[in-house]
Amino acid sequence: MSDHEKIMQVPVGPQHPALKEPESFMVDLRGEKIDAVRMRFGYNHRGIEKGCEQRSFTQDLYLVERICGICSYAHSTAFVQAVEEIAGLEIPRRALYIRTIVAELERIHSHLLWLGVAGHEIGFDTLLMYTWRDREQVMILLAQLTGNRVNYGLNTIGGVRRDITAEQIPSILKVVDLLEERTKYYIELAQTEETLRQRLANVGVLTREDALSLGAVGPTARASGVDRDTRRDDPYGAYGEVSFKVVTAQSCDVFGRTVVRLGELLEAYAIIRQLVKNIPDGPVLVKAPRRIPAGEAVSRYEAPRGEDVHYVRGNGTEKPERVKVRAPTLANSQAVAKMLEDGYLADLPIVIAAIDPCFSCTDRMIAVKGNGESRAMTWDEVSRYGVQFYKARGIDFSRVRLREGPAA
Amino acid sequence: MSATETVKADLEARFPALAGGAIRASRERRLWIETSREIFADVFRHLVKDLGFTNLCTITGLDEGADLGFIYHLAADNGVMANVKVRCPKGQSIRTVTELFPGAAIYEREVEDLLGAQVDGLGPGPRYPLPDDWPQGEHPLLKDWKQKKPADETAAAKGDTPRE
Repeated sequence: MSDHEKIMQVPVGPQHPALKEPESFMVDLRGEKIDAVRMRFGYNHRGIEKGCEQRSFTQDLYLVERICGICSYAHSTAFVQAVEEIAGLEIPRRALYIRTIVAELERIHSHLLWLGVAGHEIGFDTLLMYTWRDREQVMILLAQLTGNRVNYGLNTIGGVRRDITAEQIPSILKVVDLLEERTKYYIELAQTEETLRQRLANVGVLTREDALSLGAVGPTARASGVDRDTRRDDPYGAYGEVSFKVVTAQSCDVFGRTVVRLGELLEAYAIIRQLVKNIPDGPVLVKAPRRIPAGEAVSRYEAPRGEDVHYVRGNGTEKPERVKVRAPTLANSQAVAKMLEDGYLADLPIVIAAIDPCFSCTDRMIAVKGNGESRAMTWDEVSRYGVQFYKARGIDFSRVRLREGPAA
Repeated sequence: MSATETVKADLEARFPALAGGAIRASRERRLWIETSREIFADVFRHLVKDLGFTNLCTITGLDEGADLGFIYHLAADNGVMANVKVRCPKGQSIRTVTELFPGAAIYEREVEDLLGAQVDGLGPGPRYPLPDDWPQGEHPLLKDWKQKKPADETAAAKGDTPRE
């Protein structure tokens, strides 16, 4: 048997080249090509479902928001929708509009983050720098609207805890306009930059049949021609009152997943404009009972990575009887082994990254002094610190004209 | 007749055992179907193959005293969700649905690990989500499960590691 016919086992993970989260992929290699992949998950299992049974519904709302550091609002909203359905609460329309605006802003920051990660995984770090610079605009906007860059703490049972003021509307539209222009540039890039297309086309192929049988969701499924989107199929929030297209692609590869996410960004801008224009006046909250009646509900939510499903059962007390969460990455992880089969080992990081598995980016910067005292830096201080850090090393950013964003 | 009511009427006509309250529509696009173990496989197959419920969102496992409960959350492309419930006495086994949904394996392994369910016909594979050295017979989502203190009360077992 010659060397290239031998099967070599390569363990990838749990500490992983493409992810900040631990997952284990045992790869059987034949030469440079992947023969089979065996996956092992669960390294990050934190017992949140059990934890929910031991806490009140309101406490759980904040706990489930911490399932994910990127689509935290997805989990919070999916959970609160289920609880509100059990309690029979009629949520004010203005609150539903605010939830939907924040949901789409979250999708924008998540997709821009992914675009940067994808660029990084294929050695196109300029794209990472560009998209993450742009993403900062939506992060600052989210912090203005909700008080936080992630884990917004905006939802409460019965509505939202903060209203969007008339003064905040122009800054939302300003960010949407800016990012739309940038996204159009990235779409042009994807259409004309030959190296990008060649690097991503026919990589990580998942046929439509496999996407369906393995239960893939979100942009991963839509890039394989599966026309499913919970926002349209099973509308929640204010999605029933806006018009938008479900973006799909037929190429079934990583390039298609890129095209779908870029298209979804444009749709998100259009959705936000409609919501901001038509947002009704009125209260943003109805009073909710402390004890949630006995009953059960299942809530579906189109998170940036795909459908997020929460099942909640109440038993008439302040604590739920059962909370079950199915995050989109678990659904998509089943398809990854299929995508990797018969591909090159060198494609493994981008193929895994292309389902956009979750990891947390929630850190705020803390300046730690030598004597153990610490204090938080303001955003202005952080950006000044960054400019000076590079200036001291001979890189001067002061001549770079930064595009104006919303006031931080 | 709405899409939800059509599914309900179809099931009640085809499976007499489901007529008379076993199917409940909690709201538009949400059906809850209580089946017995005897007819579960037929109801499930009929929903998937004939009524267009081609998406298995997940499987929820429940500790219901002497029984384990399972809810199969099926969705159709028109947004209707059929939540099919079946109960099984603890210690007995349910049949896998991986013939219809190969991707369901991870959900079935999850109920095996967290609730001690036994799933017949589920192929070999790594456990999920508990660690490989997790003690046998410990299923954290059972209502009477209590976290046990590690026998070894060393600094490492308590989560403290000495600073270098």
